Amino acid sequence: MSRTTNKPTGLSRRGFMGRASALGLMAGISSVAPLFAAEGVKGGNFVLGLKGGESTNSLDPALALSQVIFALLRATSETLVNVASDGSLELRLAESVEPADGGKTWHFKIRSGVKFHNGDTLTAEDVLMTMQRHSSDDTKSGALGIMRGIESMSVEGDVFTVNLTTANSDLPYLMADYHLVIQPKGGMDDPASGIGTGPYKITENEPGVRHAFEKFDDYWDDSRGHYDSHEILVINDDTARAAALQSGQVHAINLVSPKTARLFGRAPSINIETTSGRGHYVFIMHVNTPPFDNKNLRLALKYAINREEMVEKVLRGYGSVGNDTPINDAYPLFDETIPQRQFDLAKAREYYEASGHDGSPIILRVSDAAFAGALDAAALFQQSAQAAGIPLEIKREPADGYWSEVWNKQPFSASYWSGRAVQDQMYSTAYLSTADWNDTRFNNAEFDAMLLQARGELDVAKRKEIYGRMGRLLNEEGGVINPMFNQFVDGMQSGVQGWVSNPNAELMDGFIASKTWFE
Amino acid sequence: MSPIVLKLVSQRIALGLMLLLAASALIFAGTQILPGDVAQSILGQTATPEALENLRRELGLNEPALSRYFSWLADALRGDLGTALTNGKDIADSMIGRLGNTLFLAASAAVVSVPLAIFLGLLAVRFRNRWPDKLISAVTLATISVPEFILGYVIMYVVAVKLQWLPSVSILRPGMDFGDKLEAIAMPVIVLTFVVLAHMMRMTRAAILNVMESAYIETAELKGLSAFQTIFRHAMPNAISPIVNVVMLNLAYLVVGVVVVEVVFVYPGMGQYLVDHVAKRDVPVVQASGLVFAAVYIVLNTLADIIAILANPRLRHPK
Repeated sequence: MSRTTNKPTGLSRRGFMGRASALGLMAGISSVAPLFAAEGVKGGNFVLGLKGGESTNSLDPALALSQVIFALLRATSETLVNVASDGSLELRLAESVEPADGGKTWHFKIRSGVKFHNGDTLTAEDVLMTMQRHSSDDTKSGALGIMRGIESMSVEGDVFTVNLTTANSDLPYLMADYHLVIQPKGGMDDPASGIGTGPYKITENEPGVRHAFEKFDDYWDDSRGHYDSHEILVINDDTARAAALQSGQVHAINLVSPKTARLFGRAPSINIETTSGRGHYVFIMHVNTPPFDNKNLRLALKYAINREEMVEKVLRGYGSVGNDTPINDAYPLFDETIPQRQFDLAKAREYYEASGHDGSPIILRVSDAAFAGALDAAALFQQSAQAAGIPLEIKREPADGYWSEVWNKQPFSASYWSGRAVQDQMYSTAYLSTADWNDTRFNNAEFDAMLLQARGELDVAKRKEIYGRMGRLLNEEGGVINPMFNQFVDGMQSGVQGWVSNPNAELMDGFIASKTWFE
Repeated sequence: MSPIVLKLVSQRIALGLMLLLAASALIFAGTQILPGDVAQSILGQTATPEALENLRRELGLNEPALSRYFSWLADALRGDLGTALTNGKDIADSMIGRLGNTLFLAASAAVVSVPLAIFLGLLAVRFRNRWPDKLISAVTLATISVPEFILGYVIMYVVAVKLQWLPSVSILRPGMDFGDKLEAIAMPVIVLTFVVLAHMMRMTRAAILNVMESAYIETAELKGLSAFQTIFRHAMPNAISPIVNVVMLNLAYLVVGVVVVEVVFVYPGMGQYLVDHVAKRDVPVVQASGLVFAAVYIVLNTLADIIAILANPRLRHPK
């Protein structure tokens, strides 16, 4: 592999300021001015070849789900804040963020002089209406889950205020969710207009084929949006995407297949960028359904999985081992002292015998729809489990309808989680007993109490300590077997400058078109 | 045109329309038994139960199936195919562009492959059982036996990645002139030609060899006509019916069956459009596409029948 760059965030000007804002998360956040990068050559047409687009795609941000619309929203629209590559908050359409009432109320001062592509000026009213659209009773928004804790919202002058039912020190992070891009009048009249405040405005929209953009002349932030024009080509086929990059028809691609990434890296004009993220490939057990209601059986399965081997064979090294929680070191406030569970067949056998399982087959339902290589991972799991005397059986399910018929329905299946910006959001989404997608049916009063306590805790050290205890509890008691975290593997022409890995999502958290330039 | 021919042709057309009606019922029934739920597919893994219920209600998924069939059929007859559930676009509008692309690719492939196949078939007959015949058969059978995506990858690797002669993705942009468009689709046309060549070539060869045994061919030879003239003037018209049938089948395939080639070369045609919407359970689009595909098949096959009737007087007088 010639140039696999996995750059740690150096202490550049941008990085320093980001960190400074992290230190002053509560008090000093409003002091962060927009960051102007000195570099950045203007001009050119930047072409992205992306997997994850369909003819069915809508431009309505509430319905955004796959990679192409994610990248499109990043180019055309903006949220109040972004999460920077070091996990700190970066202010975008909000000029300042201030908590009040111990984190129960949050004030967002809206940046002045920002224009929408249709010529309208951004107001706090637009922000309010956007948030209302995503949280109303009849919304279809993918962000509805994170809007739940909001009691009321209001606007006074250029300040948008959110009142929560309980204190949440992570609320600004939730506002960084990519669905919550600000639309003129909240998108109430035309949600799929594609009009935002972003550096590029949409000129052509052919869902599932291509989306074209041109530079928005009145964009407020000179440090972003260096290209004259931008184009996203939907190339779902892995080989075709790779060929398009090799033949120079596109400048960057997402989801480089790990099988070919190493071959790619040998070509001199192409860089492969790998980014450790928060996405993880998991096997989930319903802890309320026999035989998985038996903690010893769960532990037996957790010890019987060979994590290192899976990272090596399924991810081809593009990833890291998991520890039966959804959290890794890409999250702020990660407790690195939680012991890593090792592959231990003797312990697995011991726990299996202690569980008193009757020896009937334990059925694991799998499809490659769960994650790329899920069938291979399950086969490896089956072999190591059988070596420990556990009768694990694989049932292959059709990819079509996997998410609606198998996941979150069957007691033991393969799944994928893309991770969230902060620990609170991840746990609230899938591990709180009342969570919408509690796909392991985890129901632990102590865990729930700790989660709520941490959410309202403003002392960072104390929060970290609570998250540490929660991680240990889940690692021991939970229904999730997390063998591996995958990396984002992106490919780029070497002429593209300005790459900064961002653990939040692929292609620099989707900002590749906004933050890179041609040399 | 004599009355009997007119009668036969109108019978064929009426039969085609009835078939289309039957196909519409089958398509509708088929889309009803697809597993999974359209709301879940649109909103994905991270959908909340409330969001799902809201979407289901908005899409009218709670109405009974039979009433939905008849209102759909009535709308379709008026040319109103409805709007896509997933992105709210008008189906007829989005489909016209896609169908146009598909027909353009199919027509380009047909213009290359049909004359080539028939010519190669005639050549194979002319040099029957000698090396040109064997070479043509071997090559065309080899290309039809290789899965088309592998053929696509190989051609893409050599022509686009290594030689960089042609673009690897066949994306059509607005403002492209005809020449640019032909360049963009050159590689899929090559692959499709390889895929359909053997079938038509073999049928031409077999059909003509069949009539070559007839007495009138011997007469033609005895008249002193050259071998090629004999084949072209005397054997070909009598063999036209099976050839036309196979050509039409392949044309239909070029329109409805090329989704793999579309995916490999990222060509914005009907196949990809249909597959995307099936995956999302976007029933109105699936039904509309199904109807268009059925219509293409039926029209082309009816056309084959009519040509056969016109070309062969014996078919006009059924015993």
